[in-house]
Amino acid sequence: MDDHGVSSVISLDGLQCLLDALARRGYQVVGPRVRDQAIVYDELSRVEELPAGWTDEQDGGHYRLKRRNDQALFGYAVGPHSWKQFLHPPRVGLWQATVVNEDRLHFEPVRDEAPRYAFIGVRACELAAITIQDRVLMEDNHADPHYRRRREQAFLVALNCSEAGGTCFCDSMNTGPDVKSGYDLVLTELLDSDTHHFLIQSGSAEGAEILSELPGELATDAHFSAARDVVERTRRNMGRSMPKTDIPALLMDNLEHARWDDVAERCLSCANCTMVCPTCFCTTMEDTSDLEGVTAESSRRWDSCFNADFSYIHGGSVRNSTRSRYRQWMTHKLATWVDQFGTSGCVGCGRCITWCPVGIDLTEEVRAIQGDSSPGEQT
Amino acid sequence: MNSPDAWMPEPVRVLRRKQELETTWTLELEPGQASKGAFAPGQFNMLYVFGVGEIPISLSGDPGQTDRLVHTVRAVGPASRQLATLRPMATVGLRGPFGTGWPLAAAEGSDLLIIAGGLGLAPLRPAIYHVLNNRERYGRVVLLYGTRSPDDILFREQLDAWNRLPDFDVHITVDHAGSDWIGKVGVVPALVPTLAFDPEDTVAMVCGPEIMMRFTASALRDAGVDDQSIYLSMERNMKCALGHCGHCQFGSTFVCKDGPVLSFDRLRGLLSLKEF
Repeated sequence: MDDHGVSSVISLDGLQCLLDALARRGYQVVGPRVRDQAIVYDELSRVEELPAGWTDEQDGGHYRLKRRNDQALFGYAVGPHSWKQFLHPPRVGLWQATVVNEDRLHFEPVRDEAPRYAFIGVRACELAAITIQDRVLMEDNHADPHYRRRREQAFLVALNCSEAGGTCFCDSMNTGPDVKSGYDLVLTELLDSDTHHFLIQSGSAEGAEILSELPGELATDAHFSAARDVVERTRRNMGRSMPKTDIPALLMDNLEHARWDDVAERCLSCANCTMVCPTCFCTTMEDTSDLEGVTAESSRRWDSCFNADFSYIHGGSVRNSTRSRYRQWMTHKLATWVDQFGTSGCVGCGRCITWCPVGIDLTEEVRAIQGDSSPGEQT
Repeated sequence: MNSPDAWMPEPVRVLRRKQELETTWTLELEPGQASKGAFAPGQFNMLYVFGVGEIPISLSGDPGQTDRLVHTVRAVGPASRQLATLRPMATVGLRGPFGTGWPLAAAEGSDLLIIAGGLGLAPLRPAIYHVLNNRERYGRVVLLYGTRSPDDILFREQLDAWNRLPDFDVHITVDHAGSDWIGKVGVVPALVPTLAFDPEDTVAMVCGPEIMMRFTASALRDAGVDDQSIYLSMERNMKCALGHCGHCQFGSTFVCKDGPVLSFDRLRGLLSLKEF
């Protein structure tokens, strides 16, 4: 990470200058804040609004904010939010249909007023997730205009992770904890008993331009070395790991494994994992009409393969049982996703583990199938 | 259809509505600016009913007749029931056509087995029109059609007319029938071994309920037809038809854009799985 464009070392004041510079350029700045006892992503204008001195404790079905014994601004792992809610919002109005002259339909696109977002503190796993959603939603004949507009306008201030959570496993998914590409600027928080500053490096022309406006000091070898240490320490502290094996083959060779029944006993089919997952992209269409029956608006909203009517075709759902829905989710995420998009659908952020009300851990499920697999039995 | 907003339908008029069976109707629609032009047999459109929503419906008409878009709909859900009530001059929204078609070009020179179950004859009918319009390009052509009862036989007059053609074999079977039925009784897959065709040089196109397709594909394999020469038209829930809503994901495919017509070698391991 030493040779990415220009670099500098900035203080907390410098960080404020960054927020100001982005706001001046017309960006809506969004970053981590404490709300409802969790770290969420919300509008941000002052450095003081960042979760200084907070960290989190995460495990299967468990999330608690705790005080740190320092004033780190980014000393926690990812929370329930992801950048997906801004780039691929939970609800998007698509078009409006109006009945004119009794029976003639007229269609009009719904105005899509997406702000230009600047995201502060995009972690490596989250950058990987954005890259995956780019592939899903932009790289074919029918690039989604709503996602593309938001994505192309977004300014990404990435973050090299200084804290691994109890459910983090980006290291074993090769997505983190160090940020490698796809950002405009990247921060590394450098904090010791005397000093609190950030190594900031550019990854785009616009990033370099903004960086040049910030008050800062020259980044030295010592700073780069300290930044490397931060990432290496984080790498050693991952709370989870994904088994190193050919996971697509493992899962697709074990589609009738007894473990699917086992996990179905625990899974509530609540869809939390798909809502917090930064790569899950499924949506449904919703039509709402006015009381007079003259206009109807079609919108799309997040949907989940855990919902009963997700697979409905005339007569019933294809996947009625929880067993089949969990298998659908996990085999898509970890196996067939690779066939479709050339990458796993999992980035190792751990959200699905933390926010599962019963603490189902997909790394554990993979390990259980791996430990008792019946390879090759498939026709 | 690479318009900037592939999510937005185009209004099209109903030209004609015809009742085919008790709950099955054929709608002929006037193509709009975006939807006029050719479609590939096997493709589908998304039809929008005001205030209700969109559903995928296969094209069931003659691909050579470009002045109308023909869809055959069974009225079973909120949107399809509404579609079945539409009178001429009413408007619906339309997006499409979407998806892959039957392998009609690749099948030239080969024998064809066209195998339909129930309403599955509708997505196959454009392929039959194409074959009849270009009869010299194909070898022996057999249509095998099964329904639950004689009352469920779709396009009956057409089937009779096709059966009278010297170079087009039509076999119809029903699951159960009264004493007035003089035709075959039994399921479609059971008839496959009785047909005369060269398995080495046959392309099979199959559309019907999933269980019927699964057993038919199995019977075709037993008869010596290659997996790559067996094509099925898959059905899954679809919301967008663009590969983005995720509903129709089936193994490594999105049925809406990689299908609906898929060769059996891509489906084999998954079709036999319950609830996949």
